[in-house]
Amino acid sequence: MQIFEYNGSAVVAMVGKNCFAIASDRRLGVQLQTIATDFQRISKIHDHLFIGLSGLATDVQTLYQRLVFRHKLYQLREERDMKPETFASLVSAILYEKRFGPYLCQPVIAGLGDDNKPFICTMDSIGAKELAKDFVVSGTASESLYGACEAMFKPDMEAEELFETISQALLSSVDRDCLSGWGGHVYVVTPDEIKEKILKGRMD
Amino acid sequence: MGDSQYSFSLTTFSPSGKLVQIEHALTAVGSGQTSLGIKASNGVVIATEKKLPSILVDEASVQKIQHLTPNIGTVYSGMGPDFRVLVRKSRKQAEQYLRLYKEPIPVTQLVRETATVMQEFTQSGGVRPFGVSLLVAGYDDKGPQLYQVDPSGSYFSWKASAMGKNVSNAKTFLEKRYTEDMELDDAIHTAILTLKEGFEGEISSKNIEIGKIGADKIFRVLTPAEIDDYLAEVE
Repeated sequence: MQIFEYNGSAVVAMVGKNCFAIASDRRLGVQLQTIATDFQRISKIHDHLFIGLSGLATDVQTLYQRLVFRHKLYQLREERDMKPETFASLVSAILYEKRFGPYLCQPVIAGLGDDNKPFICTMDSIGAKELAKDFVVSGTASESLYGACEAMFKPDMEAEELFETISQALLSSVDRDCLSGWGGHVYVVTPDEIKEKILKGRMD
Repeated sequence: MGDSQYSFSLTTFSPSGKLVQIEHALTAVGSGQTSLGIKASNGVVIATEKKLPSILVDEASVQKIQHLTPNIGTVYSGMGPDFRVLVRKSRKQAEQYLRLYKEPIPVTQLVRETATVMQEFTQSGGVRPFGVSLLVAGYDDKGPQLYQVDPSGSYFSWKASAMGKNVSNAKTFLEKRYTEDMELDDAIHTAILTLKEGFEGEISSKNIEIGKIGADKIFRVLTPAEIDDYLAEVE
């Protein structure tokens, strides 16, 4: 029994033109049994910064709570929001603290940095950062996601096209993975607004 | 900070509500060599007297102005050894911030953490307050900044300030001379003139130290040759 495949998950983030999209599946399972179909894997840190966490669901929730805690203190002390790159360094440090008893999560971080330049990155469960200019994926469906994103991605997509692309990539990938799926949850973030959509996919 | 025999604080309130040890620490600062800082529109300058106890001291080995990070520098009035300890602690805090966030520490945050250390030494067992006031000069995303940190742990942002022996004359001089739109070079001239006001003896590049930071965000201590140039311009 693989611990990273206990709950099942799929998270993907893509870069567009002055915008980004981050999407996840909604299934929460206990191995083969589906427990919930509305599990939140993506969370907002601030208006221009989101984190999606795949992997063991309990660690997803705990890690998210710890990160929100750290960010709130930072906001109070420094009177500003954290930049995405800074947040990614923080997450990496927090994960490495538990090097020999890690959080069983793989984060996907997506945000708009200075001058509204989109930033995405992912890391492994002990904090090895992987920056990308186009897309990052994580979860049990990651192999299918890599293929789908590689095929469907184009640089400099506007928000609407980005939404379509990431949704199609997510839904087609989770259909090839029995542990993730049951719909999708997509956030498309531009400098002015956050668009949140629930996708209806194959409910199996 | 203090073993079981000294787990009580040596800094305690007097009936009038003062912390007498901190008052004494401020006296120690007030009898230290004059130092000052001026915030210009495009940078910050800090300067200090460097009166050595004897002509036999190798003045090139004494450096009173220190870097805390590449873009933050500091100078003190008061006890040199206490300054060294604070500089060491501040540098470590700045590096820890950099390691965690991969972002250089903002000036305000470093000042706050240094001030917190100084406050801890007024409320811990078996220790005494630091006998220095610091002037911290830095340039970050919020622009040029100048802070003073006192032995009590309070910190203030200043447009221009002085500390040490000649503080009241220096501050009066600065109040008259300071303008909001001063540029960095003007500020350096003003700093030199202010130091000259209360200077005993002949001012030269060997008995003052000047540090500056401009829009390039790199804190530098001026070489004696550069100080000589500025001194010549001031004459």
